[in-house]
Order: sequence, then structure tokens, then C-alpha cells
Amino acid sequence: MFRAAVRLSVSGVRSLTRTQPRCQAVLTSRCYSHGKQETDEEFDAHWVTYFNKPDIDAWELRKGMNTLIGYDLVPEPKILEAALRACRRLNDLASAIRILEAVKDKSGPHKEIYPYLIQELKPTLDELGISTPEELGIDKV
Amino acid sequence: MLHLSARRVGSLLARRATAALSTSSARMASHDVAQAADMSQPMYWDRLDTPLPDKPFKDVLTAADKSLKQKEKGPWSQLTKEEKIALYRMSFCQTYPEMKQKTSEWKTVIGGMFIFLGFTGLVVWWQRIYVYPPHPRTFDEEWQAKQLKRMLDMRINPVEGFSAKWDYEKGQWK
Repeated sequence: MFRAAVRLSVSGVRSLTRTQPRCQAVLTSRCYSHGKQETDEEFDAHWVTYFNKPDIDAWELRKGMNTLIGYDLVPEPKILEAALRACRRLNDLASAIRILEAVKDKSGPHKEIYPYLIQELKPTLDELGISTPEELGIDKV
Repeated sequence: MLHLSARRVGSLLARRATAALSTSSARMASHDVAQAADMSQPMYWDRLDTPLPDKPFKDVLTAADKSLKQKEKGPWSQLTKEEKIALYRMSFCQTYPEMKQKTSEWKTVIGGMFIFLGFTGLVVWWQRIYVYPPHPRTFDEEWQAKQLKRMLDMRINPVEGFSAKWDYEKGQWK
């Protein structure tokens, strides 16, 4: 929904998810101008699969999140939900709160994006017991 | 700061290199030199574009921290707000709003610029008085007036330029 036209290659990410057979079929996201462009749905599916890896480790979570934040877009709620669940599997609440702060920053001047994301993520946040930065009072200096 | 560097330059010129090095290193040792970070290890940094740095902020955990980490393995809804904030601060130094705080650095930059511009102005002024040679005589008032009359007499650019602006009947500028 909140996408720029240009995508960066996710080849680095795909190599980590090589064990997931679904990802091997998707070869459309390299940076060629002649190749097939990855659609938004494929991009989302990529990342959801990445974070949904059951035995994801802390490095993969960090690498995935830092790469995702590096793209010129705000991630869809379903990707963030998968990332938050990965934080839960890794017993890392701090990273979960940090992810919420990061996407709020990614929205930039578009102030309506972050409330939408929180609204979409509310069930997950309640289920996992993650407080938003606003609830903790760390959204102000 | 300026006189310190001038002194260093003076000592380098006047003395041998080894003596100069020992002077400057002795001066540096008297300050509080920050520990150089071990860059072969994963480092922590607060960056807006890197939400999850390579390592958590706090390396050494107290017993209370460790027990909180154990509690983190259970349901997070059982953690109080203060505990959640404590867990956040264990992993991260600054929050995003703290990272994005405005600093007053621009005042230092602009102020420094003006100081150096002012100093340059003083240097130029001193040069004007002590370095520049006297004016050529062609700059004197009298010479300039005679030069102007000569140009008008020669009818320099009479159609559209210089002499065209002079009213020869009335003897004044148009």
C-alpha cells in the first residue's frame, strides 16, 4: 500500500531462506531492468516468509529488519506482524518496541501511516503483550 | 585553541622532531583520552536507519537485569511498564525521539564561521596598512579629473557610451 516503484534486490535475504522451498521459485526480484519486476504481493510474501522461519536467529532478525528499514517503503502490517512474532520467539521485547519506533520514523511526514499500522497490529500486540512506545511514554523525549 | 596550535608549530620548527613529539604527547596525556573502541568486535550505535544494532547496549548485566531477562522469556503481558522500559534501555541507548533531537550545533558552526571571517578581516586590514604599496599616481583626484576631461575631449564612445552622456553645450552630465 505504501510503496515506491523501485525495489532493491532481496537476493541476500533469499540466500538465508534457501531452506524454504517456496522462495527458490521466486527469482523476479533482481535489479535488472529487463527482468520481471517483483510485485507488491511477492515482496510482502517474501518478507513474511523470512520472518516466519520457526528457528530464526537473532542475527537474521536484525539483518532482516535493518534491510527492510533500508528500503524506500513502510512495511505492510503483515510483515511487521511476522517480525514481532519472530521477536517473541527470540524472547526480545526491546527489539519489538524498537521495530514499532522504526516504522513510525519511516513514515516520515505522513502522520496517518503509523496509527493505521498500530490499528492493524493491535490484535498481535495484545496477544503478545507488546506495549507501543506511546503506552510506555518513550515516544516523547 | 589557536595559541596552542601556534605553540606546537613553533616547537616543531624550533626543536627536533622527537623533542616536539614528546612535548605534544605529554600535553595529550594530561587530558582525559577516551578509550578507543575495539572495532574488531560487533559495535553498538544509534542510527535511524539501523533499528537493531549488532549488539545490545548494555554488555554487563546486573543480577536484577539478568532476572528481568529471565522474566522476559515468559508472557510479556506480565511485565510492568517500568520493566518493559528497563528491558528497552538494556538493549538500546537512545530512543528514536532522542536520536532525532535537534542540537545547537548550528550555532557553533555559524559562530565559528563568523569568528574566522572576522579574523580574516583583521588580517586584511593589517595588510592594507602595512603591506600594500602606495597608490599609483593615476588614482589621485587631480589626475582622475584630468583623465575624465581628456576622455570627453577625445569624444570616447560618443554615440551610445561615455561621451554620449555628456552635454557639451551645457558642460555637465546629461
